[in-house]
Amino acid sequence: MNDVRPYFDSSSIPNDLCPIATEPSPMLPGDWRAERPVVDREKCVKCATCWLFCPVQCVVERPTWFDFDLTTCKGCGICARECPHRAIIMVAETGG
Amino acid sequence: MREVRIHGRGGQGAVIASKILAKALVEEGKYAVAIPSFGFERRGAPVAAFLRFDDKEIRAATNIYNPDYIICIDPTVARAVDIFAGMNKGGTLVQATKRSPEELDLPNGLDTVGLCDAVGIALDIFDKPITNSIMLGAFAKTTGIVSIAALNRGLETANLRDAGLEQNIRAIKRGFEETRVYDFAGDGPL
Amino acid sequence: MAVPKLSNRQDVIVCDGNEAAAWGVALSRPDVIAVYPITPQSSLVEYLAQFVADGRIQAELLDVEGEHSVMSALHGACLAGGRTYTATCGAGLAFMFEPYLRTSGMRLPIVTSLVTRDGITPQCVWGGQQDAMTVREAGWIHMYCESAQEVLDTIIMAYRIAEDRDVMLPVNVNHDGNYLSYGISRVELPAQNEVDAYLGEKDVNWHVALDPERPMGVDPLVGGAGGPGPAMFVRYRKGLCQGMQNALGVIAEAHREWGERFGRVWAPLVEEYRLDDADYAIVTIGSMSGAGKDAVDEARDRGEKVGLIKVKTFRPFPLAAMQAALAKVDAVGVVDRAVSFGWNSGPVYQEILAALYGLSTRIPAISFIGGLAGADITGRHFRRAIEATARARAGEEIAGPIWLNEND
Repeated sequence: MNDVRPYFDSSSIPNDLCPIATEPSPMLPGDWRAERPVVDREKCVKCATCWLFCPVQCVVERPTWFDFDLTTCKGCGICARECPHRAIIMVAETGG
Repeated sequence: MREVRIHGRGGQGAVIASKILAKALVEEGKYAVAIPSFGFERRGAPVAAFLRFDDKEIRAATNIYNPDYIICIDPTVARAVDIFAGMNKGGTLVQATKRSPEELDLPNGLDTVGLCDAVGIALDIFDKPITNSIMLGAFAKTTGIVSIAALNRGLETANLRDAGLEQNIRAIKRGFEETRVYDFAGDGPL
Repeated sequence: MAVPKLSNRQDVIVCDGNEAAAWGVALSRPDVIAVYPITPQSSLVEYLAQFVADGRIQAELLDVEGEHSVMSALHGACLAGGRTYTATCGAGLAFMFEPYLRTSGMRLPIVTSLVTRDGITPQCVWGGQQDAMTVREAGWIHMYCESAQEVLDTIIMAYRIAEDRDVMLPVNVNHDGNYLSYGISRVELPAQNEVDAYLGEKDVNWHVALDPERPMGVDPLVGGAGGPGPAMFVRYRKGLCQGMQNALGVIAEAHREWGERFGRVWAPLVEEYRLDDADYAIVTIGSMSGAGKDAVDEARDRGEKVGLIKVKTFRPFPLAAMQAALAKVDAVGVVDRAVSFGWNSGPVYQEILAALYGLSTRIPAISFIGGLAGADITGRHFRRAIEATARARAGEEIAGPIWLNEND
């Protein structure tokens, strides 16, 4: 989210000139996960390796562990693979 | 001429499924044309493929707006896309799902519904939720339009990226055997 | 007629337009293929690479760093006597423009598939015909295909046409991105020995060569205001134009013999569909023609006497064949898949107007533009075009261009 300056107001120009975009897409990758990451809080030492590797930057900091924003997490499993303390497991999404 | 629309998500093999089905239909002595909807689909984005079959030559190379058959190879994509858009009355749905017809939000006008827990079978066979060949078996069971033998011959010449031929043959078989078919013939699913 | 089943016939496959093109290339036995991938051509060059790896194509595959090098490399290969091929579209064609332009001036019989793609801005990766239409004045022969089968057949015919001594021009065999490139259908493969007999002995550099046995300067400086320059330059330009005119007959003959030998008859220049007793017609080009014919059938069932004219060869412009077709009707609606910016119409429409100039009666003509950036031209869109053309025939003033997908 661009909270420094609002996007250009495109209503001030004709809409058939050069194509421009001024609304970020609301599409979120969390929609199609087949698996999601679950953290074992006892094992997590907040080394931030998962945060470093996550391709969609969905890792969020909690007081004593890192957690995942499930609206954007697409279940790729890279965090589980990279965690040096094996604190993350992937569990199948139910539903469907 | 009959029209089939296949719905799925990028990376599940919906487009390859349409190719295998086209080959199988030609094996069964029909003409078939399959066209994918196209974009740079990353894994997970909704995709569709359009397939027509007939006993005579098919000329139109366009998308399908009034399908007779809908094959949905993903259990959740119906939330993102109206998979039933334009469906002809008396249509057939073949859906990847664990649920029963009452638990699904099915429209009126469906005569036949085939349901198959394709994701469960796929995780078992492939370790990945790749449901395409399983759902072809489900289509064969639900409609009887293609045989397992024809689908297997279609597999042989397909360019399968993610798994071997033998696994896919098993997948088709299990899709066929584990599909529950419901016949509503005019009354609607509820 | 019963369709022979797939596994009973070795020569029937189910494949998309890109794969069909690759098979056409394989059967033509090229010597050098240069490639660079670009959507929606990418799988075509992947099939070619696979065929080379499998030994199905015995050619040198040049995997170069960009399309400018693709065409330049093929120039070298052709001048050295090789039969050559590449495929591109869109931005790839744009990157290739300098050597592309030179190919026709040097009279090199290179065959190139354009897997047509719309103009790159607004950003799109989808089919249209803006790329091919933009280069229609570069001196290449252009043929547009309706189906994967026509793609395969036309690529083989293209070598016969390009290498004819009365033509010696490069040929673009065009097929629509997505609908035809990735559209899968049943395709018959002609037998290799029959294709060999059809194409005969290749002879691509009898007239210009990079060959130590025949030293010559290739494409030296010509022109300027003084000395022999002006007359010499005109001579070469007239020669190219003559080659284009000769191509009309050679294309017709190539298609006629194809029909005899392989049993598939494609109209070489312009196809007339239900035109003889038609009151008015729509004109189509490329893969839209299939749905167009279905729409004509449906209109006929409603009592409308409409026909269809399909453009196969666009360059050289098939003037006589087009005029013969247009002379049969009282109104024409031209469905383009590209835009002529300067004329605010489609490009095929513009050229239809030029063809109409030679007829004794002036008939209403409407420009329809559809299928841009991968949009679909469905029966519904064709019905709109047919109805508007009927109204024009009845005397209504209809302003074009009508943008068929405007309110989709």
